[in-house]
Amino acid sequence: MEQLLQQLINGLSLGSIYALIALGYTMVYGIINLINFAHGEIYMVGAYVGFALTTFLGLGFLPALISSMLICSLLGMLIEKVAYKPMRNSTRIAALITAISVSLFLQYTMMYFARPDTRTFPNIITNRKLSFLNGSIILDVKNIYIILITAVLMVALQYVVHKTKIGKAMRAVSIDKEAAELMGINVDQVISFTFAIGSALAGAAGVLVGVYYNTINPLMGATPGLKAFVAAVLGGIGIIPGAVFGGFFLGMTETMVSAYGGSVFKDAIAFAILILVLLVKPNGLLGKTTREKV
Amino acid sequence: MKRLSRKQIMIIIGLLAFYAVTNFMINKNIIDSYLQLNMIVIGINIILAVSLNLITGFTGQFSLGHAAFMSIGAYTSAILTANFGQPFILSIVLSGAAAAIAGILIGVPTLRLKGDYLAIATLGFGEIVRILALNIDYIGGAIGFNDIPQYTNWTWTFILTAATIVLIYNFINSYHGRACAAIREDEIAAEIMGVNATYYKVLAFAMGAFFAGIAGALYANYFYFIKPDSFGFMKSIDILVIVVFGGMKSIAGSIVGAIVLTIISSFLQGIPELRMIIYSLILFGIMIYRPTGLIGDDKFIIGKKKRRSI
Repeated sequence: MEQLLQQLINGLSLGSIYALIALGYTMVYGIINLINFAHGEIYMVGAYVGFALTTFLGLGFLPALISSMLICSLLGMLIEKVAYKPMRNSTRIAALITAISVSLFLQYTMMYFARPDTRTFPNIITNRKLSFLNGSIILDVKNIYIILITAVLMVALQYVVHKTKIGKAMRAVSIDKEAAELMGINVDQVISFTFAIGSALAGAAGVLVGVYYNTINPLMGATPGLKAFVAAVLGGIGIIPGAVFGGFFLGMTETMVSAYGGSVFKDAIAFAILILVLLVKPNGLLGKTTREKV
Repeated sequence: MKRLSRKQIMIIIGLLAFYAVTNFMINKNIIDSYLQLNMIVIGINIILAVSLNLITGFTGQFSLGHAAFMSIGAYTSAILTANFGQPFILSIVLSGAAAAIAGILIGVPTLRLKGDYLAIATLGFGEIVRILALNIDYIGGAIGFNDIPQYTNWTWTFILTAATIVLIYNFINSYHGRACAAIREDEIAAEIMGVNATYYKVLAFAMGAFFAGIAGALYANYFYFIKPDSFGFMKSIDILVIVVFGGMKSIAGSIVGAIVLTIISSFLQGIPELRMIIYSLILFGIMIYRPTGLIGDDKFIIGKKKRRSI
């Protein structure tokens, strides 16, 4: 029982990270139907920016988090302008390969400039542990930070998407791009904004991971990127609550699987669940089934 | 039996002449071992690209797990030749068969999915195969499979590459190939016209997997050593890049793409730290300036889709 509770806390933290990354995937997919493979790399850049700011400039946790989110959102917008905008009318596969080339470029450019070796993230949060139930459950302050910040960011995102004008425009573009354009919505601007928000969330996830696991390296974005994408698809890609649900679901499953003896297969199980879910509900667990019209 | 047309005879003579010349040059050491290595890699890449083109280009099923079939073939061949001492020809056939069975097993359930969802499912399949291979001790796990006898040479590579191209070319120009093309253009319309879409999608998938398995066998028996991470997601992407770079729906494109990209990447081996950066920039440039590929012609489809959306 204690172990289960402990794993629940760990799963919640890991799930928060996945959920933050998955949100960016899902938003971009919802708007331009592109699997943005470079998204995992934005998360990696976010971690490195956080690392640089805290190590070399001595910034605290919150300033580092916010500046990293800003820098990542700028990077996301830049990538969209340079790489994806010219591809908007070409085939899906061409767009997908462009995304992969951007991802490779970010990975290996970072590797070239920041050296391929693993860096140690400084301890910017005081390492306090709270213990419950006579010490059988340990709640790290870092866990609280991660879960709290994720919750705040998600509420903020929900507010932006549902209560602001640009959020309304985002929803309109995701439903029908051409109709939205005819209604006077500046589609380019909305897409740019979507990339900015999604990338900011990924940047936040990067800094949080750095703080939580203490190590970062240039290839750290590849696997969590794929996993977060799996999470987005599990929940139903293009649906914002779906990404959050998928992220937590995947984080929980993974933690439970590794806790109960299957740690080497945890990645395989994530993908097996993905395939099973796709077979039963191709639009994801929270997705609506759409009928194909002839 | 139908008599061969003049064009076919010319092609056969051309192939034989090409083989005779290259083989002569290898025997006389005009082609050194480094060049020969690249020729064999090109052959393997052609098989992989043409077989993926059958699935993705001609049948329109977006697969991101092609390397998994290659790895199944590679491991099958490695086990058969190294552990059981079977002859190479048998292990090639069985490697292809093993990959094709895997293709059917994964194809029957997942090919109901469409577009990006199929891509994700095949990606997941590829990762599952890789992780399983990492954790099976019999085939070496993460350390890799060592001491595979080196049976692959230029003759094997040339024969199998030529056979793959000829077989797939004949398939796509047959009744069955036209059924596949119909599914690509519009699955519902094809089904209404009486094409059994599931059957043809699985057939194309299994055929593609078969040839990928053969490529895997060639690879394993050339490099002595295989490890699961050589057949990961990036390998699948590399194959897809060849197909898209050469041009979807074009076998000639896949061949040219495999040759050009293999040469580019072998030149880039010289600057290891910048290799992937330059590779990604080349990829990006190709996609921006020539998204339909070198020999591809997607204009017709794009035009049609645009008209529909208005």
